[in-house]
Amino acid sequence: MTDVAVHALIALLLPAFSFLVLAVVAPLRRAGKPAAWFSILCAAGSLLAAVIAFTHGPHEIGRTLAEPSSETVLWTWLPGMTDIPLASIGIVADGDSKPMLILVALVAFLVQLYSIGYLSDEPRRGLGRYYAYQSLFAFSMMGLVLAPNFLQLFICWELVGLCSYLLIGFWYWKPEAAQAALKAFWVTKAGDVGLLIGIVLLWRQTGTFDFATLEMMAKSSAIPMAGLSLATFGIYLGAMGKSAQFPFHIWLPDAMEGPTPVSALIHAATMVTAGVYLLHRTSWLFALTPDVLSVIAWIGALTALMAAVLACVQEDIKRVLAYSTVSQLGYMMTAIGAGFSGAGFFHLLTHGVFKALLFLGAGAIIHAVHSNDLAQMGRLARRMPQTMIVFVIGTLSLAGIPLFGGFASKEEILGAVLAGGYVVPFAMLLIAAFLTAFYMFRVIFLAFFGATPERDAQALAPPVTTEHGGGAHAAPHDVTVADVLHMHDPPFIMAAPLWILALLSMVVGVYFTFEGRLEAAPTLAEAEFTSPAWLTPVAVLVAVAGITTSWLMYQRRAIDPERVAGALAPIRRAALARFWIDDVFEGVFNVAVLGFSRVVGWIDRYIVDGVLNVVSAETLETGDVLRKLQTGYAQDYVYGIAVGLLALIIWMGLLGSSN
Amino acid sequence: MPLQAFLILAAVLFSIGLFGVITRRNTIGILLGIELMLNAVNINLIAFARFRGDIVGMIFSVFTICITVSEAALGLAIVILLFRIRRTVIADHLDLLKG
Repeated sequence: MTDVAVHALIALLLPAFSFLVLAVVAPLRRAGKPAAWFSILCAAGSLLAAVIAFTHGPHEIGRTLAEPSSETVLWTWLPGMTDIPLASIGIVADGDSKPMLILVALVAFLVQLYSIGYLSDEPRRGLGRYYAYQSLFAFSMMGLVLAPNFLQLFICWELVGLCSYLLIGFWYWKPEAAQAALKAFWVTKAGDVGLLIGIVLLWRQTGTFDFATLEMMAKSSAIPMAGLSLATFGIYLGAMGKSAQFPFHIWLPDAMEGPTPVSALIHAATMVTAGVYLLHRTSWLFALTPDVLSVIAWIGALTALMAAVLACVQEDIKRVLAYSTVSQLGYMMTAIGAGFSGAGFFHLLTHGVFKALLFLGAGAIIHAVHSNDLAQMGRLARRMPQTMIVFVIGTLSLAGIPLFGGFASKEEILGAVLAGGYVVPFAMLLIAAFLTAFYMFRVIFLAFFGATPERDAQALAPPVTTEHGGGAHAAPHDVTVADVLHMHDPPFIMAAPLWILALLSMVVGVYFTFEGRLEAAPTLAEAEFTSPAWLTPVAVLVAVAGITTSWLMYQRRAIDPERVAGALAPIRRAALARFWIDDVFEGVFNVAVLGFSRVVGWIDRYIVDGVLNVVSAETLETGDVLRKLQTGYAQDYVYGIAVGLLALIIWMGLLGSSN
Repeated sequence: MPLQAFLILAAVLFSIGLFGVITRRNTIGILLGIELMLNAVNINLIAFARFRGDIVGMIFSVFTICITVSEAALGLAIVILLFRIRRTVIADHLDLLKG
């Protein structure tokens, strides 16, 4: 086992250890804070090990999977016909998995640290449960990242889905949270069925689950092409479910019912990017099926544009961020579909950092305001200057402004899509980029600047006024003067992760703004592409245009948002109805599933139960008749015996004579 | 006298006993019928023993007589208890076994 593998293994096993301890040692779990610190300690160790593993090996981000040294088999699970095992559990630490490992470990660590402050009001038992789930998630996600074959990947894939379910429904007594958890589980599961089918189909054609073996076969064209599209499409279905691609994106906004740090970790930085990671991991396979790739590109672009439109009309700050995540996932998928999965993976990494930052920043706001509603925020810049600064850094990164995190990767995606020959998706992504800048700055202007929200004004107003209008204009929540005055920047333990992430976004942004793009590993199969010179100015211009529009509409009020809304009324109405996709799903569910259930229910009730009812009724009837034979008179029984005996004698006599 | 005569006597006695058991309304009458049936069996046993020269049948009949006596004692005891509890010994009134 190489040094790299040992450290990667430590990074993987520390959260598992933490989860096991928290799960088994009930007193520690119920103690709350100690459990949290234990889990954080493990996460910190895991992060350290991941960083060491990264610094040990080759530094390029890119695929070096064929390198035999990068794969370590820990346990041969199912022995195969030949020497090569059918399924094994192991880790592969290469140029792909190591940066991803660091991202997961980093965000997991910071989110766990942040949660101590965010969930300070949580009862102790709940806190222990939360950290047990968090640790399990970190382990599962790292297992997914380090998986050397499809089987281990699938197992971890399901585990992260489970953790997502558990953490969305963390406040399970809230019906919306329970429902959202169930929805997320169902929708991703629908995709997972496709993934499983794809994996099995692939295995039937090639006889292996192993990534390295498959890649070798793909390179020497040893994979039979017949039906391969079906297999890759199945795998893509799994990625669609996890990475919230149209039309499976519906679960992600609802998943915001979970605690905000969970949204930051699972539903922004790591788990939802698992689909992108999987497609990047198997990009050599998808390269064999260009038809599936073009489907991926088109759906990705559609997702990016549609989610961006939806984000513009949301009133809930977390939902804006959720749709923005869906939109960015669409970006990554489009790049993969265009054949340049490295660009998508690059954006995955940068996006993970600044989207976690945005979510944690939103969490800080929610923590202070006690509401997700943008209308309840406003003029927070004075009260929460630190939060504002980091939030703006995150937003500029997301908008793709030079020197900030998302600039280089977003541009690389745009260039990749153009180089892949997808002009219409490129245009869609460009529009989405405009909308991204627009809706993110809408959040900033509404939350941090603008007018003091009505409910705060009411709370701060002299008591006479409140007495006057008390009945008519009751605030949505009972906000007291103390509450409003109490709004301030989060405590250090929450602020520190924010600043670390903000700093990282800046570092990444500055580095790649000058460096251009990631240096590709020498083994990188995909062709280099050169973006046209006009791309950078255009991309930046679009982002700036978005920011300016937002500024004019929500800060200067030069353009009345109501008038714009009126002009775009059909789109707005459609967006408010979430393009009716949820309704379509509901309709399909009602017609197909419930209709089928009704038929099955009728068969069960009237045919299966009917047969049983008839049999039992007949038995009862017969018993009732036969019961009369039992008169209770001893003489009747003797009579019966005598008659029976006589009959027996006669019968035997007849039998004897016939012989 | 031939064996058949004894057997016919036993059969007639048995039938009379059975008839009594089935038709008598008085419980003591039923017990008497049972005694008749058992004695018919005894006659059979002794007749076969005599004609076959086999002593086992006679020994067996002694057993039967013993059991008959105890059965009669038991039966009468039951009848007395029955009378104490139900104030009747008429079989038609005793239908506690009814299903």
